[in-house]
Amino acid sequence: MPSTRTPIRKRSASVEVAQGPVSAEAIASRLARFEQMCLIRNFEEEAERQYKAARIGGYCHLSSGQEAMTVGAVQAMREHDLLVTGYRCHGFALARGVPPQAVMAELFGRRDGCAHGRGGSMHLLDAGRGFLGGWGIVAGQLPVATGVALSLVRQGRTAAVLCELGDGAVNMGAWHESLNLASLWRLPIVYLVVNNEYGMGTSVQRASAEPEAFRRAAAYRMHGERVDGDDLDAVAEATQRLLSMARTDRKPAVLEAVTYRYRGHSVADAGLAYRTREEIAAHKEHDPIERVAESLLQMGAQESEIAHARERARAAVAEAVRFAEQSPPPELSALAEGVYCHGSDIQFARMRPGSPFGEQELVFDAGLGR
Amino acid sequence: MSAVEEMPAMTEARSGVERMTYREALRLAMREEMLRDERVFLMGEEVGLFEGAYKVSAGLLAQFGPDRVRDTPISEEGFVGAGVGAAMLGERPIVEIMTLNFLLVAMDQVVNHAAKIRAMFGGEVGCPIVIRTPGGAGNQLTAQHSQSFEGWFAGTPGLKVVAPSNPADAKGLLKAAIRDDDPVLVIENLPIYKEKGEVPLDPEFVVPIGRAAIARPGKDITLIAHSFATVRTLAVAERLAQRHGVDAEVVDLRSLRPLDVETVAQSVAKTNRAVCVEEGWPSYGVTAELAARIQSACFDDLDAPVERVGMAEVPLPYAKNLELAAMPGEDRIEAAVLHTLGRT
Repeated sequence: MPSTRTPIRKRSASVEVAQGPVSAEAIASRLARFEQMCLIRNFEEEAERQYKAARIGGYCHLSSGQEAMTVGAVQAMREHDLLVTGYRCHGFALARGVPPQAVMAELFGRRDGCAHGRGGSMHLLDAGRGFLGGWGIVAGQLPVATGVALSLVRQGRTAAVLCELGDGAVNMGAWHESLNLASLWRLPIVYLVVNNEYGMGTSVQRASAEPEAFRRAAAYRMHGERVDGDDLDAVAEATQRLLSMARTDRKPAVLEAVTYRYRGHSVADAGLAYRTREEIAAHKEHDPIERVAESLLQMGAQESEIAHARERARAAVAEAVRFAEQSPPPELSALAEGVYCHGSDIQFARMRPGSPFGEQELVFDAGLGR
Repeated sequence: MSAVEEMPAMTEARSGVERMTYREALRLAMREEMLRDERVFLMGEEVGLFEGAYKVSAGLLAQFGPDRVRDTPISEEGFVGAGVGAAMLGERPIVEIMTLNFLLVAMDQVVNHAAKIRAMFGGEVGCPIVIRTPGGAGNQLTAQHSQSFEGWFAGTPGLKVVAPSNPADAKGLLKAAIRDDDPVLVIENLPIYKEKGEVPLDPEFVVPIGRAAIARPGKDITLIAHSFATVRTLAVAERLAQRHGVDAEVVDLRSLRPLDVETVAQSVAKTNRAVCVEEGWPSYGVTAELAARIQSACFDDLDAPVERVGMAEVPLPYAKNLELAAMPGEDRIEAAVLHTLGRT
């Protein structure tokens, strides 16, 4: 299949809505997506507040402005499809249905976090919902996701992997190795390149000799296309089509979604050293959430329904904070739990003599291999 | 390394022992585990059609087909990572890396990914991958192909590292690694692929991870080694007995992480002297770790400082005389033992 030759870069605030009567179901479904987008935006804004109040530590990468891409892509996934992402993963976790409480508790480093306080912002995970992490090394998740797709084939499962990465990851060797393996072995995987124009503070133009990442798929005889990442429907349609192709025909693909992050690379970055306030403001003028709100009105949704959705999203985030505050921190006596599988304590028992100072109490007696 | 040994015929109820090479023992372990568990598959460069760069996987493609004996491109980061992802979904991949030197280009997948998964995600998922790869030097393979990095991996929480020195342990430890629910690095060794030994044929024969072996009992001094260094050290122990009347005990570590310090400490408590031998560079290495633990665990038992013998700390040169001089050869091990015994 030839690559799409015309890059899509639609930046109009107007939205195209199918003509004719709109069903109540269609409005309800779109309202639900709208609410998810609001939830992600509110969650990120609250995470920034909590970070600045020193209740969240480490790195904290926010995705405000990218909600249409996130929700559109995840809504296209089926129940048994699997999701693998990089470290800007709060939105993906929420869109996949991980409870906001479990995500916020993880950011707070608490026991009821989705990774029990061991992962933090970058390493969210919910295997039961098919979300296999939250990975922190740029492009490191690509070979892993490719292997997940390999195991789907080996297990004869009709499902596909959606692997998110940023525009900065496409210059890593792991990207090339993964695309080559996926195409060579015909693996059911869609690489979703979230092009938010900057890898940290370096623009795509300053980093990539081929700034249209989707075109690189052609080097691996793989389908590639670009979509307006701020257009919920366009992202959903393209992701659904490519996932279906992966699932049923075992054809991997690259989907590049062009979007923009409002905040800096992480909370610690003001995001102004490499771009102007005017540039950010210009993007906010066609905010992806407001684009969906406008389309809802055009479909016949009531103002009050939209307002209620916004309110529910705010309430869910407030509840997530309450939950996280009340969740206890992990037990010190469980420091070493999860480092090795159950039963490894027997293997490690003979390593105790001559251990470094404190190691016996901190590690051997704190759940190592239990 | 071109000879391909015949595989012993598979029979129904197997028992007893059979004499075979180290590489045949590894192959037998993989064959038995692939028969035992459908989730086990082998992946790597030249493992299928070529039958393995060092012929460890000879015959497996014909028996199990290309899905379970999967040739890969030269793409270590890609296929080690693919093994990691497959393992997360419950598969049991064995990834062969042609030599330990090439594992460095997949370091991110081993250290940042495989080793972290279980802990970083709160114990919610595991990564039961096996990475097999030979290390070692001695064939004039020069600086980029003669290295022993097992200490780097053995110092990484989340990984398990084993390094068998003989055919029986090669079979038993590889089987234990495949059955283990954590990522296990199996360090093999180029010069001992052709070494022969008695190997138990019982398909349930497994060598437990985390247990050292007394390869040679003795009372005068404890020599501690792993992999090919054990073979060398055993030869030195015989020389010491014949030429110097020294009765050395040789501890073969077998596992580097977990490290069986208890066996080491018990031996040193008996002999009061220790020489640690490895083929890697000793600085920050396996022998450095051993020396630190022995001085702590056996402080009151020691009659002499713990001595170390390893690779000379230079990138290994090509010229045969220089290569031989740099390696921890029998003469240097023997000299270290005599020095530690106060005989020099």
